[in-house]
Amino acid sequence: MSSPAPIRAAFRQAIAEAWAGGAGALLPIGFFAGAAMLVPFTVGSEADQLAAIGTGVLWVALALASLVSMERLFQADLEDGTLELWAQEDCPLFLVAAAKILAHWTVSGLPLVLLTPLIGLTLQLPAEQLLPAMLAYGLGGLAFFLWGGVAGALAASVPRGGLLIALLALPLFIPTAIFGALAAEPGTVGPNLLFLAATTLFALAIAPFAASAALRLAVD
Amino acid sequence: MISIFANPHRFMKLSRWLAPACLAVGVALIAWSVWQALWIVPQDDYQGGDIMRALFIHVPSAWLAMGSYMGLALASFVWFIWRHELADMAAKSVAPIGAGYTAMCLATGSIWGKPTWGTWWLWDDARMMSVLLMFFLFLGYMALRAAMDTRQKAARAGAILAMVGAVNVPLIKFSVDIWASIHQGPSVMRMDGPSMPAVYLTPLLIGALGHLIFFASLTMTLMRAEVWRRRGDVIMARKLAGG
Repeated sequence: MSSPAPIRAAFRQAIAEAWAGGAGALLPIGFFAGAAMLVPFTVGSEADQLAAIGTGVLWVALALASLVSMERLFQADLEDGTLELWAQEDCPLFLVAAAKILAHWTVSGLPLVLLTPLIGLTLQLPAEQLLPAMLAYGLGGLAFFLWGGVAGALAASVPRGGLLIALLALPLFIPTAIFGALAAEPGTVGPNLLFLAATTLFALAIAPFAASAALRLAVD
Repeated sequence: MISIFANPHRFMKLSRWLAPACLAVGVALIAWSVWQALWIVPQDDYQGGDIMRALFIHVPSAWLAMGSYMGLALASFVWFIWRHELADMAAKSVAPIGAGYTAMCLATGSIWGKPTWGTWWLWDDARMMSVLLMFFLFLGYMALRAAMDTRQKAARAGAILAMVGAVNVPLIKFSVDIWASIHQGPSVMRMDGPSMPAVYLTPLLIGALGHLIFFASLTMTLMRAEVWRRRGDVIMARKLAGG
């Protein structure tokens, strides 16, 4: 019987790292808010225009912000040998990878979702849209983090792999981004939200295994 | 059956004459279809006059772009399960050629789109989006391989990425189709295959066959180069070891 200890350890460690100096968890938030703040300056500040593109802008900002910290997600564990120890445990590595990604989402993905109503309001989104939008951003952000985790695991042994991670992960974001943006359009929320949830479940089913295969490669 | 093809010596013996033979046949078929396309086939005003002659390059490259990604994923899968080195060489060799055909598909599509649709690029055409994403999947694959410091790592990372990409391709296609059908009615560019007159269909199919054979020749040539490179590495390693 495999022990759940490494899974707990991975989860705890990812949470602790986020607050242990360097402002790890605050970085994506700052990036997210900063990217969204650029938009009124570049496309114009008319309320109608902002309301029309607001949800889409937040999706782009969310996708990019989810990639900001992916480079260090597994690289740090590889460098200090933690990854090697995890690979030797009898606990399946894909569970460790999943725990690590989910913990990372909790500290740097969930805050983004909680921030979306605030930024959404400044982008003139109608207030009644904000709650369903948060649900969509939460689901979609999880899928982004899962695919980003696969790319991060693949690039764990690559120095300065940040841009590589973006190139690998962004095409995999497309289905989630499409259904996420559609779910924000009034009138088509129901089915598109289900499709969005389906892309997240799909990522949840595949990404941990792919990430653990990539981590084994990084350890060898 | 795979193990018959997995022998590098047999592959080198076979590809030594098969690669140039395929090159000759492929180029001949492509030349014939291009000649047909440019001088023989009557122009179709509905598809924009002379510009529709791009069809005979555009459609085969679209087919090969899709096919080559499936080939990449299949070769990656075979390598990942059975660790046949030739499968990895095939995957490595297919990627740049597939990316080239994908780029050619996008380029000819753009050139065709400008006079007929009035624009170089339409973001809301599902097929263009799918092919563009395919291009990025190829780029990511090649970039990942190039970033790895050993050959074994490049092969493993590439195989994982290609398989992850391949399971995502149907989902990407499905979502892009839904998205495009919401944003736009029936596609501007519709080609009903069977109803296409034989005068177009024959050069198209012959041309596609020619590109397929040409593709096979290029792949074999790159694989041969890879075999030579690895042999060269072995010789270098022996020299360094003082042998």
